[in-house]
Amino acid sequence: MTRYLFGRSIQNLVLLWLVSIIGFAVLHLAPGGPLAQFALSPGMSQADLARIAEQMGLNRPLPVQYWEWLSRLLVGDWGHSYRDTQPVLVVIGSHLWSTLELMISSTLLAILLGTWIGVLGAVRRYSFFDSLATVGAMVALSIPTFWFGLVTIYLFSVKLGWLPAGSMFTIGNGSLLDYLHHLIAPCLVLGLVTVATWSRYMRSSMLDVINQDFIRTARAKGAPERTVLVHHAVRNALLPMITLAGLQLPMLLSGALVTETVFTWPGMGRLFLDSLDYRDYPVVMGVLMFSAVLVLVGNVIADLLYAVCDPRIRLD
Amino acid sequence: MTYLVHDPEIELQASEATRRGEGALARFLRHRLAITGLGIIVVLVLGSAIGPYLIPFDDLYIDIRHRFAPPFESAHLFGTDPLGRDHLARLMMAGRISMTIGFASMVISTLIGTVIGAVAGYHGKAIGAGLMRFVDAMLCFPSIFLLLTLAAFIQPSIVTITVIIAATSWMEVARIVEAQIRSLRERDFAIAAEMLGASDGYIIFHELLPNAVAPIVVAATLTVARAILMESYISFLGYGVQPPVASWGNMLNNAQQYLASAPWLAIFPGLMITAAVTSFNFLGDGLRDALDPRLDH
Repeated sequence: MTRYLFGRSIQNLVLLWLVSIIGFAVLHLAPGGPLAQFALSPGMSQADLARIAEQMGLNRPLPVQYWEWLSRLLVGDWGHSYRDTQPVLVVIGSHLWSTLELMISSTLLAILLGTWIGVLGAVRRYSFFDSLATVGAMVALSIPTFWFGLVTIYLFSVKLGWLPAGSMFTIGNGSLLDYLHHLIAPCLVLGLVTVATWSRYMRSSMLDVINQDFIRTARAKGAPERTVLVHHAVRNALLPMITLAGLQLPMLLSGALVTETVFTWPGMGRLFLDSLDYRDYPVVMGVLMFSAVLVLVGNVIADLLYAVCDPRIRLD
Repeated sequence: MTYLVHDPEIELQASEATRRGEGALARFLRHRLAITGLGIIVVLVLGSAIGPYLIPFDDLYIDIRHRFAPPFESAHLFGTDPLGRDHLARLMMAGRISMTIGFASMVISTLIGTVIGAVAGYHGKAIGAGLMRFVDAMLCFPSIFLLLTLAAFIQPSIVTITVIIAATSWMEVARIVEAQIRSLRERDFAIAAEMLGASDGYIIFHELLPNAVAPIVVAATLTVARAILMESYISFLGYGVQPPVASWGNMLNNAQQYLASAPWLAIFPGLMITAAVTSFNFLGDGLRDALDPRLDH
């Protein structure tokens, strides 16, 4: 286990280093940096621009800038936002939880609803329900998330008036109930993708399990079909899904970004877009790195959890 | 010494291959969803290619007196937008842009992915491992984050949007090709070609890649779906195709503020995107079932 963790950490550090180079190169080689916005203000001379570049350290060669940024990053200083000079980690930290709440709630929805759809599809393979779920999942994965958000707002906020059209709280009301009321729509929208994916994988995982010997044994013992399915089959079919949850993280983050924009949800996605508009290099770079770390750590945790839950798996 | 051509096993394999070839078409035709998808794609392509010539409205003609005309009530079949432009004409012209971007970035990303995957799979060792780690690193980013970073800093045009979508979606093809080439290059025919003194390039492009066409075609079809979806995301967020040129994504850009008064502005472009993306996904699924019968989905 320790050897496994050590090996994985080394691998992931190399990956993160590559990620940082890609991110840094993309950001700094693209035209129109943070100086572009100053260049537009009246009365700004070339000398002023050069001085700002000097102060921000943007006039030095790229490798030097990269090295500077990386060596600070390694000791935990991710830089300061150009916008309000707050430390990047503080800015990310203040937006992180809203995004995580969105991701966790829609994952829970996937676990509840997706498991049920997948199990039922596997048990009644090729039935009408199964075909409907298959086609439905394919369509669900093809619908643009933001458009589904717009349709949800149109139906439930404009037409029916059941749900608020955006943001996290009603102004002047900070109760838990109010928050949950605001969470329903974005959670459903992000959940469309997670439920669709989860139900497909659950179906095939369930089909793998259902034909195994221990299921036949359970039936031969005379256990009722319900017990066989719920206690023997589903429990085992859920195990490989832990890995899926890890692998889905990049997609979930992408989906969260788009959902947050439609529902004006104050999370990392909105922070990222605002920072892009402001050419806030340190925050953009920070969010890119942070999401890569989140993805890699999520995958390691998923692997560890899998090994803990399934004693047949040995990590070395 | 017998010549390999007379080896009965080879002949058996060859006849199996022809049978498999016939079977592939039959299997594809049996896949009703894939056929439906293909039909919808043909309708969408023809509709945006020929359609604009068949309706009496220009997609850029501003008619302030007839703004926000609701659909199905006047000559403007799908209604008009906040500037009185015909919505159907705009949907058709947008279809040209969105589908062109989808196809073009599929071609580019399939080329990039195939070359990188082939080189990595053929060389293995340091070069291959290095290239595949690069692929892994690219996959660590949530795709839309990387795409938006590129889009925000580059002057948006149809060409640049196509290129950056391709630049962030070749990794899947690269992985598939790498795995295929790595296993194919150990096979007898590849070793034979190497022993005959064929160059690396010849072996990769004439011997190995033709055998990996099926999975590449499937991946390419799914890439079109992904590219159309990605274009709509970045255009919706305002970093993609810029007005007055319409794409299905940027038609939705301002739709949110008119959701209460003119919902058709939001509904039709989204339906187009969903129809196109679903169709390409179904088509890819059908092609996979037809070309690779070993997999049971």
